[in-house]
Amino acid sequence: MSKFGVIARFESPESLVHAAEKVRDKGFTKFDCHSPFPIHGMDDAMGLKRSKLGYLIGAMGLTGALFGFGLQTWIHSIEYPMNISGKPYFAYPAYAIITFELMVLFSAFGAVFGMMFFNRIPRFHHPVFYSEKFSDVSSDAFYVSIEVDDPKYDENNVIDFLRNIGGTEIEVLSDEN
Amino acid sequence: MSVKSKADIRAEKLLPGNQDFTSITNDIAGVPEQKKTPIQWWLLFGFALSLLAIFVGSVGFLIWEGTGIWGINNPVFWGWAIINFVWWVGIGHAGTLISAILHLFRQNWRNAINRFAETMTLFAVICALVFPGIHVGRIWVAYWFLPLPNQMGMWPNMRSPLIWDFFAVFTYFTVSLLFWYTGLIPDLATLRDRAKGLKKKVYGFFALGWRGGNRQWQHYELAYLVLAGISTPLVLSVHSVVSSDFATSVIPGWHTTIFPPYFVAGAIYSGFGMVMTLSIIARKVYNLGHIITVEHLDKMAQIMLLTGCMVGYAYSMEFFVAWYSGNPYESFAFVNRALGPYWWGYWAMIFCNVVVPQFFWFEKYRRHIPFLFITSILVNIGMWFERFVIVVITLHRDFMPGAWAMYNPTMFDVAIYLGTFGLFFTGFLLFLRFLPMVSIAEAKLVLPESNPHHGHDHE
Repeated sequence: MSKFGVIARFESPESLVHAAEKVRDKGFTKFDCHSPFPIHGMDDAMGLKRSKLGYLIGAMGLTGALFGFGLQTWIHSIEYPMNISGKPYFAYPAYAIITFELMVLFSAFGAVFGMMFFNRIPRFHHPVFYSEKFSDVSSDAFYVSIEVDDPKYDENNVIDFLRNIGGTEIEVLSDEN
Repeated sequence: MSVKSKADIRAEKLLPGNQDFTSITNDIAGVPEQKKTPIQWWLLFGFALSLLAIFVGSVGFLIWEGTGIWGINNPVFWGWAIINFVWWVGIGHAGTLISAILHLFRQNWRNAINRFAETMTLFAVICALVFPGIHVGRIWVAYWFLPLPNQMGMWPNMRSPLIWDFFAVFTYFTVSLLFWYTGLIPDLATLRDRAKGLKKKVYGFFALGWRGGNRQWQHYELAYLVLAGISTPLVLSVHSVVSSDFATSVIPGWHTTIFPPYFVAGAIYSGFGMVMTLSIIARKVYNLGHIITVEHLDKMAQIMLLTGCMVGYAYSMEFFVAWYSGNPYESFAFVNRALGPYWWGYWAMIFCNVVVPQFFWFEKYRRHIPFLFITSILVNIGMWFERFVIVVITLHRDFMPGAWAMYNPTMFDVAIYLGTFGLFFTGFLLFLRFLPMVSIAEAKLVLPESNPHHGHDHE
């Protein structure tokens, strides 16, 4: 049974953003702010860098486009050149559509599965799920969690700190497995 | 605050009454959580299932007997199957327009209808995909569409618009499914957190362990934005490619460059018609008039007015170019549409697609719900006739009078078409029963409280 960290509830998106700024300024790095919907400006408040997901999607899109164009070229120029209504074997303008479609398809896979990879989901067991009240976060609650792995973590200090910046219903959570 | 900010006024129109985060969750999640399924739902579901039975039976017979059971003949080789395919794909397009294009333009009002519209897209595209699948006759070799290595050394012709179409629609379906599911993840987490027992396990499985942390939202929002960004050119490409099935041929009446934009506008027009029909029914049955408001219906009617005028322009421009080209076959094809034996199809199209939306210039009609309901159905009748005009009227009289013929659909044409409604509504009703029909997370973003700078007039 390993310890996960401390969670504290905040009232509104506004107070969550202010809390995030204070947690960031205090020097914590292993913390998160949970909300029912994405909050504008939260990335800055938490001091997060821009998501790297875009690079992955770009690479996937490029792969898809190259694959699409290469597949068509290979089929009609190398694998089985066949004269169909006098069209040229390497009819590259006609390849534009499938090249585009496969670029979009691969980018979409990159976006969704890349998002899952960066978010480390699916992950069905997480210590925050052991809190009864935390589940409100998918409806109307706003929570800050500070993890035990944070180099600045000191349980009593963290609890006091969260209470001072306006957190309520503070809980210490452990991984019960 | 004595003076209301613009955001407050806008939010009040889109989410009237005193709503907060909790009430939005309760109202939307309350529908799939209902202990007792409403009787209207069972009635509609029974109706949908009987249509689905017709679908299964008639498609089964088609596979057994072959496409000879349809009314297609020489020269009308493309009949209802292609009409229905284009019609269903077109309906799907409004869903993507609402979820992707309006998201990119930051049109928050879409948040109340996008889930709905995306689901409609999914089932509409499934219905559409049925037709190319079954119209090949020998559907057990339908996998020949795919570029699979095989012992015959046989490949699809990548220079043909028909295979472009296959790739476009297949990609469209896959991307729409991914987009829809990505949007659902936070809502599935909401349902998971409120459910108990087996339901909790099932919703929890699909929610993937979503925790709503900003470290997750950060990547999630970027993925969602990119999906919206790539769906936008995708949706424009799909109906453009569908139109090139026609436009790349040399048949008078089909061989025109106006087809791609004209098809896209028509697709959006019909899709908004379908979203309107479905949302008017759903807001009535589930009492969600305060979430899908008259304001939303008004905005949809405005888009229908715009796209209706665009197709009207395309119809007249086709005529003008047919005359201006000086090509007698081209001119004849269009005169034959309006004055030939199928004149009623052409004028039904003009009435439903050009005349009817003109009422939407007036706010009174854009907010009159029974009127909207009737027109939304007329829109889709009109768009079906548009494809009838393009496919049947064009083919039945082409170059040589000796090759002309009339086209009559059979009962199986009708049965399979009606059957796809069974497929569509069965899926859609199951969605209404088990999943949140409005995006819970996104509906909250319309509330001014969701903005952390709410209450500060300076920004």
